[in-house]
Amino acid sequence: MRSFWQNAVRIFGPIGLTYISITVGAWLLFMILIPQLIMIDFSMRPLLPLRKIGGPEDIWTLRNYMVLFTNELHRAIFLKTIWSSIIVTSVALAICYPISFYLAKVTRGARLGWLMIGLIIPYWINELLRLFAWQLILADAGILNKLLMLLGFIAEPLNFRAGNSAVIVGMAYAYILFMVFPLYNAMESLDRNQLDAARDLGSSWLRIHWRIVVPHAKPGIAVGCIMTFMLAAGSIAAPQLLGSPSSFWFTEVIYTNFETANWNQGAAYATVLALLCLVFIFVMLRVFRVSLKELAQ
Amino acid sequence: MMSSDTTLKVLTGGYLFLFFAYLFLPLIFMAIVAFNTSSIPQVSPWEGFTLKWFGELFSDAQMWDGLLNSIIVGAAVVVISVPIGLGGATLLVRLHFKARDFLYALLVSPILTPGIILGISTFLFWDRWVNVTGGLWTAIMGQSTFISAYCMLLIMARAQRFDLTQEEAAFDLGANHRQVFWKITLPFLKPAIISSCALAFMQSFENYNTTLFAIGFKQTLPIYIGTKLRVFISPAMNALAVILIVLTITGALVYELVRRRETAQAHAADERQL
Amino acid sequence: MSHDVDIDHVSMRYPGSQRFAVTDVHVRIKPGEFFSFLGPSGCGKTTLLRLVAGFIEPTQGEIRIDGKDMRGIGPNKRPTAMIFQNLALFPLMTVAENIAFGLEVRGVSAAKRRKRAEALLELVDLPGMAAKKVSDLSGGQRQRVAIARALAVEPAVLLLDEPLSALDLKLRQHMRSELRKIQRRTGVTFIYITHDQGEALNMSDRVGVMSEKGQLEQVAAPDVLYNEPATIFVADFVGENNAFRVSVREQVGDWAVLETPFGMLKGRNPQGLTSGRRATAFVRPEAISVVENSAAADNFVPCTVENLSFEGAFITVVLKAAGDQSFVMRQNNDGSAPRLKAGAKVQIGFRADNTLLLTNGEQSGA
Repeated sequence: MRSFWQNAVRIFGPIGLTYISITVGAWLLFMILIPQLIMIDFSMRPLLPLRKIGGPEDIWTLRNYMVLFTNELHRAIFLKTIWSSIIVTSVALAICYPISFYLAKVTRGARLGWLMIGLIIPYWINELLRLFAWQLILADAGILNKLLMLLGFIAEPLNFRAGNSAVIVGMAYAYILFMVFPLYNAMESLDRNQLDAARDLGSSWLRIHWRIVVPHAKPGIAVGCIMTFMLAAGSIAAPQLLGSPSSFWFTEVIYTNFETANWNQGAAYATVLALLCLVFIFVMLRVFRVSLKELAQ
Repeated sequence: MMSSDTTLKVLTGGYLFLFFAYLFLPLIFMAIVAFNTSSIPQVSPWEGFTLKWFGELFSDAQMWDGLLNSIIVGAAVVVISVPIGLGGATLLVRLHFKARDFLYALLVSPILTPGIILGISTFLFWDRWVNVTGGLWTAIMGQSTFISAYCMLLIMARAQRFDLTQEEAAFDLGANHRQVFWKITLPFLKPAIISSCALAFMQSFENYNTTLFAIGFKQTLPIYIGTKLRVFISPAMNALAVILIVLTITGALVYELVRRRETAQAHAADERQL
Repeated sequence: MSHDVDIDHVSMRYPGSQRFAVTDVHVRIKPGEFFSFLGPSGCGKTTLLRLVAGFIEPTQGEIRIDGKDMRGIGPNKRPTAMIFQNLALFPLMTVAENIAFGLEVRGVSAAKRRKRAEALLELVDLPGMAAKKVSDLSGGQRQRVAIARALAVEPAVLLLDEPLSALDLKLRQHMRSELRKIQRRTGVTFIYITHDQGEALNMSDRVGVMSEKGQLEQVAAPDVLYNEPATIFVADFVGENNAFRVSVREQVGDWAVLETPFGMLKGRNPQGLTSGRRATAFVRPEAISVVENSAAADNFVPCTVENLSFEGAFITVVLKAAGDQSFVMRQNNDGSAPRLKAGAKVQIGFRADNTLLLTNGEQSGA
């Protein structure tokens, strides 16, 4: 331990080490760890009137978590959120795989630069506005209904927002770029010669992707899926703007808890959501057989 | 042979067209609506060209309040996140210790955590525990939690390419730690620090999830937009979208032009060397 | 200004590592000397240089510069300056800013810095390059800037970590004489490390040869090192050598009679090995020639020619003697030596004073 600090002082100098300790220490303690622990603490305490807080009834309990099992509506919403988020993730992966490969290995030069700008611009436009655009498209008097009626496919406007489809479509649109960039980065490092060699050996394009590109891009695919799933499951803007009462999202349940000042129940559900994302990360790591370290690159 | 190549080309072209249409058409619709006289935001029926929605937007005091708050929060997030990111990046790149991977995982975990959870935990910590009423400060704290991680990753990426012998050479020539940092390390990291400032501000400026839970009864621009879109939809929001899209495109183009000029200069330098 | 560097029984083991990178190195480098450490890669020579520079501290032993113990004194406080293998020029600064960096951090005024940088550019033959960017320089020019930058802080000792290894052959040879010239002009003590023996033998006043174990095998002037290697490692590593196992039949003063599978030979016996000891005998390829009969040379070995390779100025001949012993012989391509053919039976001869007998200390007697 002593040699650790000696080494640190030698590398950073006393002022540098102080600076690093203060910045990283404050970040880690007061922004990452303690708030999370406080949230867990809240989640394990019952909702009590102010005068009873700190009293004999203010004990740790898992009651708030049990609500998720006893309240059928909440449970259904929770399961639907998981399922829908998986669909969003799959759709985003399917849409983004070809474009990522095209950008990483097919095109180059100025064309690549312009296409990248084309990707980045929507990325920097506020998420809410991106979803608003779909609100306009999918509204009862929206452009999609008008178009379908004009073409004679339907006689009456369809209510797209009744089920989950509007939310899923909006999310797939809003979070698509969080899938593209990890995939692109992973595929970019693939040596073009490997593709040529495989083609030279008579492999079909499909097989080249399955045997060479996908294994190489595994960490990127894992990161893209993790990011997209996390954004979808944790999204509140999309269900708020595109959803209807019938497509309530788990985050909206949490929000309602906070609006009604039931901090404890809200904290418990937030913790469940965090655990869900953690589980998804580990599932992805298992499915793609990548380590956390590979993920970091 | 010829025909399969052609098919592939047509397929690729078609896919690219559809992909970018999917990306841009919604934004274009949204922009057009801003100029339609109709008070319901829609493209058709087209009731005539107008700029009145911009006027309505500009006369909305709440919008200006949200914008001002967004700028304050964004500036504060830059001031907090970039120094933290610099500290974290320096620590992780330069010092090798047993718990390094674990610490790294902890520090990037906010990026992999849903934004609402960061907002909730920040709010509970400050408002319920420390007794700082939820407001701009809690929003700043909540956003900085994960934006610091983005800054750290950006600075780390550059710091990893740093040739450490340069620092050693500077030491060897008599410089102390302070001089080495200001004269050698910092100038090298400068581009990454500048881009992390821009990234931090933009991330903060468009953050909704974390802010919604952390900010209490105050509002930033995204919170204002969210409330408007949920409660009372007006083409004024389309007008705001047009402004933000124009700003974004301008920013992206300027960025790309600067980047191209820099790479061109770097190329020229490389060629001179050969 | 130049100082002596006294490396006093220095050993170095990196934290967490089991083996010593440098083992009990003991040598005193004289003021104003051009001293090289020569050894294969991984022999600890870079570690030794970093110890002298102060980037690391020795596990055992002491380093004294001008009689002063350097323990606890950082690289920025030592009277040394280092030229790094990759030069480590600052890419964001101009040539002049690079050179004046050491003065800048010492608070020297801008005007003085500029004058000094110009004078140093003159010294390294780069006049008028002050405002150039480092990226605009050629490899050789960068080398000179690195030297000028190190000299700017007026070091008493200049440490050079294989600075020529990145250059192409022609430039490398040119820079050798340049370095030597600059060393003479400034009188600074140079400590140079390299794995290239040509470089070490060519430039240095003295050379210290290090083995893979991080030990200093021999310290001597280049010609002594070549002609009088003190250990088997040095005899093997410096220059080319034919080595063969022998046992001592008889010790005669500084000489010995040796028993080999291809007959009795005579050789020098600097270690005073007594009869019955097993040892290794060395003879250089250029000391061997084809002879008519046993009277024409001290040592005489019948061989078969295995193969010949033509190398321009000389021809390398590989021969096989009894007991499957190979010999490499070098013939000058001046027509004086007989032309050989593969498979031919010949007799080779070499002088007794070109035959050197060595053992590795105690263990080889057993």
